[in-house]
Parts: sequence; structure tokens; C-alpha cells
Amino acid sequence: MKISCPVPLNKYDTVTLAHGGGGKLTDQLIHDLFIKELDNIWLNKTHDGAVLEMSGKVAFSTDSFVVNPLFFPGGNIGDLAVNGTVNDLVCCGAVPQYLSLGLIIEEGLRMDDLRKIILTIKEAARKANVKIVTGDTKVVEKGKGDKIFINTSGVGIIPEGIVISPERCTDGDVVIITGSIADHGIAILSSREGISFQSTIKSDTAPLNGIAEILFHITKDVHVLRDPTRGGVASALNEISRSSGYGILLDEKMIPVSDEVKGACEIMGFDPLYIANEGKLLIILPEVHAGNVLGEIRKHPLGKDAAVIGRVEGKSPGVKIKTLVGSTRIVDMISGEQLPRIC
Amino acid sequence: MKYIDEYRDINVINALATEIQKVVKQPWNIMEICGGQTHSIMKYNLSEFLPRQINLIHGPGCPVCVTSLEKIDKALALSQMKDVILVSFGDILRVPGSESDLLLEKSRGADVRMVYSPLDAVRIALDNPHKKVVFFAIGFETTAPVNALSIVRAKKLHLNNYFILSSQVLVPPAIKMILELENSSIQGFLAPGHVCAITGYNEYVALAEKFKVPFVITGFEPADILKGLLTLVLRLEEGRFDVTNEYKRVVSKNGNSDALEMVNDVFELTGQEWRGIGIIPLSGLKVSERYSEFDAEKHFNLDGLNTRESGLCIAGKILQGTCKPTDCKAFGKECIPEHPLGAPMVSFEGACSAYYRYQ
Repeated sequence: MKISCPVPLNKYDTVTLAHGGGGKLTDQLIHDLFIKELDNIWLNKTHDGAVLEMSGKVAFSTDSFVVNPLFFPGGNIGDLAVNGTVNDLVCCGAVPQYLSLGLIIEEGLRMDDLRKIILTIKEAARKANVKIVTGDTKVVEKGKGDKIFINTSGVGIIPEGIVISPERCTDGDVVIITGSIADHGIAILSSREGISFQSTIKSDTAPLNGIAEILFHITKDVHVLRDPTRGGVASALNEISRSSGYGILLDEKMIPVSDEVKGACEIMGFDPLYIANEGKLLIILPEVHAGNVLGEIRKHPLGKDAAVIGRVEGKSPGVKIKTLVGSTRIVDMISGEQLPRIC
Repeated sequence: MKYIDEYRDINVINALATEIQKVVKQPWNIMEICGGQTHSIMKYNLSEFLPRQINLIHGPGCPVCVTSLEKIDKALALSQMKDVILVSFGDILRVPGSESDLLLEKSRGADVRMVYSPLDAVRIALDNPHKKVVFFAIGFETTAPVNALSIVRAKKLHLNNYFILSSQVLVPPAIKMILELENSSIQGFLAPGHVCAITGYNEYVALAEKFKVPFVITGFEPADILKGLLTLVLRLEEGRFDVTNEYKRVVSKNGNSDALEMVNDVFELTGQEWRGIGIIPLSGLKVSERYSEFDAEKHFNLDGLNTRESGLCIAGKILQGTCKPTDCKAFGKECIPEHPLGAPMVSFEGACSAYYRYQ
């Protein structure tokens, strides 16, 4: 006797505990949504893991994604989850290839929303040229999670001759940013309860392997790559400065910030240097390459506003900035989150 | 960015700096009252442009810093009550009370929410009819009108679940207190531009006459601040004790009469405790009798709280301008932004935080 689930997947409006129970509903969810959409030879085997052929130096990175709201101007948690790990691999100097996808879903998540997120993941993986080769789904009781949490891990091969590491930041290097900063953080804030404001600011979430490919085509003599996500450019550069022991001097007037983001920051009392980006790359490399690199990166749609924003100067760690008015001050790490000012 | 860039123009700044160098003859102790100005001075490191004769002293103009420990403890007590949603602005959530802070209580399960406007707190009250929503209304004359508006709106909506815990303070009484201190060394003031936009500056004219000190109403951009300082130094060198408005694009002599009318309707003057300083007579605003049903301190029983201040923190002296943050033994050691002992280390506008961050 063949027993099949009387209620097909599309009859469920929301994810239930049973979808994570390992039974029929889990199986349906995996086949009718994940495998159907993310389709590739590794995932389709529904084996316990993916068996991959790789040779050379492998970079391996993991990242977990929690974001409120799940859908925001310019993207959703799905693109963040793919691009986040892709970009971490890029910052190791690797060509991202394979990703895992772990979902922790709170029961009650709308099935439509889950489908939207998976379709976004599919599209983000296509754009970044990576495959989702293995995955896992758990469903937790209502109140034990916040709609959906995603973890992605990824691997990629580091081509011969590329050595990227924060300790390599040294005298005579310049700091390049591939575009305007703070878009992601402000887009999220603009859609959050209690602070929401109307704007057309969109998250910059994007995979950076295209830009990295252009970069390494020009030179492999790149010292540090970093995607300035949480904590923004200021925190990323402070970490690099601390690892290398070298100081970094930024030039405020060279830092690209869109007018809308600037305006929002003025009103809320935020400093864009501390606000998250999800599709920008900090490149630290010897000054001799800066001209060529900028010229080529600016031809890429994600790099059209690329600029040299600072230089590495002297063996005393810390980040400073030459302000718009010509004075110099310290740019410290931030403690906690920036909170909107009062008046 | 249009309308702002010209106030951050390096040529304008250099010209103003040169002019200040030219006119200053004697040493002057100058207080900028407003925390927003302190922040701007630090963010652009404007002291680099000033001659050594000018000693800038930071005033008590950070609303987070001067909110009394008692009110913070009351907010903490409210956050622990069943069916209460405590709502406030961002920075105040981090300020240490006697035992805890609001962000810590939020992490322990209290319903503490952050908004950008009190009108959002009214919205929360409307959306949660079975909860009591308390807006912790802190701030100076700048935020009082919108706090008042939130009560007017709640009344119009017939809400009986919206309350204000008021800790609103006024600038002129604090200036008077500072000038009456025995060891006060302040010779001139940059008056707070945004506060004067609401209140006008008649009260400052009276203070200038009574205490023989000049005031210059000043904005918040680097060029605004240097222009304010230039005018103030000119007045000091001339020995002219009056009020000059250098923030004309925003401030008029009589202020915003609609806003003032609403504030005077909803709130009334009260003696107010300033953290680290003490009670300053008639320096605060409390909910007036006409609107007493919206007063959290009347609706909830908040008696019997035990407030206890850290012994190390010298926030009071810093806020009165008799000490600099670096004079504090705990500065940068026991007291850092991740673990503030006193409020000036919490807020971006707080003098200690600004020193720690930018110097």
C-alpha cells in the first residue's frame, strides 16, 4: 500500500514543526522547494553531504544571518546569506565555488516568504557563480526563533601567487573602497519599526567575486581584502591596523557616500564610517597599482564609485581621518550599536 | 551635500581660524552649552584651529547625561512591571542606573523599545490597547514640543494607556547655576542654536545683562562654531556683554510660538534634578495638572526606590565645566564606552565619550 501525504506542500500557508520533523513533509519541502530550485548534481543526490573534487589551497568560511526585517529595500536575508559567505571567501583571496545552506525556521513562517527567500538564494548563487551543494533544515517552536535564521558555509580555491592577510598591510599601501558606503545599514534602518523613514536607499548586497577577478587580473600583489560589514569601514580598518601594527590615515573628502545616505545620517546622528555594507570591498595594496586598479574596477557596475580613501602610514597602529575641514582625529572602534540621537 | 557642504568648506574654516587668531589678545574660558556642539568640536577636532588663548569648556547640554539617576531607576522599575512597554530614544537605554540599564533589562526579557519620535510611542499604545505604554521623555527645549504633541495626540485618540515619564530640562536655569558657582571660570557662552530655535533668545538677553557675560547663538557645523567663537572673542575683547545671533538661518528672537504654546499647555515648570549636579530650581518640565492622567509618576507607584551613584564618577564636575574628562581617575580605565560609570561616557554628545572617541 502506498501512503502519500494527503496535503501537498502548497496547501500549507505556513511552515509547521512537521516540516522539520524528518518525515514526509520534510521530504516534500526538500524536493519541491530546495532541490527543485537550487538544482545541481551534488544537492540532488540528497546524500548526507557533498563529495567535492578540489585541488590547491582551499579557503573555508562560515557566516550566520539574522536580520530584521527579513525583506528590506534592495534585498532579503537570502541574498545576504549567499553574498556574505561568497564575500568572506573573496576576502581570503579565493574563488568561491561551493556553499552549504542551513535554515533554522520558526514555525509559522509564511510559506510564500520561504519560497521568496529560496528563489532569491537561487538567483544570488547564479550571479555569484557558486553551487549550493548541501543543506539542512530545522523548524523550532513559535517564539524560539525570529522567523528564519540562515547559516551558509563555503569553500573556494585560492589561485597560485595570491596571499591575502591583514598582517600584510604595510607602509606605502593605499586603501581603496569599491563604492559608496553605509547603504545597507541605512536601508535596513529605514524599514525598521520605530525608526522607519521614507527613502529610496537600497541595500548594496552583492557578490564581490567579479570585482576581485578584475583586481587579480591586474595584479596579484594585493595585501588585504575586507568586506566592511557590521561595524562598517571604521571597524574593518581598525582590525586590519591592529593585526598589522601599521597606522591608517583616511581622507574624509575622498570617501564616497551617497547624498541620501548622508542626509539620513545627518538626521539620525550616525557616522557612515560605522554603518554596515554588504557589497563593498576594501582593497589594501601597494600604491603603484592604485591607478590601474581604480581604472579597471570603475568599469564594473559594482565599482563605478571606487576611490582611494586612505593610506597606510607608519608603524603605530590606529586609524585616523583627515576631516573635511582639514583637521585630523582618531577613528575608534565603535562600542555596541550606533543609536539614533535625541536632538 | 547641498546646504551643508558650505559650512564644512575648508577655505571658509581656514579664513575663520585666521580671523580668530588675529582678534584674540587675552586668554578666554568659553563654554559651549550644547552636547551637539561638543560632538562637532570633537568630530572635526576644531581645537586644531584655535589659538591657545581659547579654552573650550563643555557644558551640561547632553540630555542623556543630565537625566537624573532617580528617573533612570524609575524607568527601570517601570520596565519590570507587568504589561508595561517602556519606550525611549536610543542613547538613554545604555545609561547605567543604580543596579542595571534598560538595554540589559531588555535582554532579560523586559519589553523595552527604541523609537525616533514620541509619536511612534503613541502608535505603539494604539496598537497595544491591553498594554500600558510609557514614553521616557528626556531632552531639552528642543524635544519638549514633540513630547507635548504626543500627549495632545493621545488625548485626541482617547488613549488611556499612554504615559510620559518626564525628565525634560531647560538650558537657561542651568547657565544661571553655572554662573553662580563660586569657582566658575566661564567668561562667555556659545548658546545652543536648536534650543533657541524653539524658545527664541529673550532669556539669554536677561542672563547677559545680569551676569555681564556675552552669548553668541551658534549652530552645529564647523563653520558655524568657528563663526560663533570669532564673534564671541570679539565681544569679550571689546567687553560687550550682549547676545548675538549667529544662527540666523534657524533662530529668531521670539522662537517658535506655536511650539511654545503647546509646551506651556501640556507641561509646567518644576524643580529638576540634574545628574551629578543636583536640583536646579524651575529647570524642568513636568506634565501639567490638565493632562495629569498621562503622567507616569502619578499613575504608577514608583516610591521606595534606592538610588546609588558610582563613587568614582565625577560627571557632575565635568557637566558644570569645573573639570575635564581627563581629570577623572576612572576615565578610560574603569569607565569606557562599553562599560560606562557615568552618563557622559554613554552618549555621543557626552563630553567623556567624545574625548574617548576622538582624542
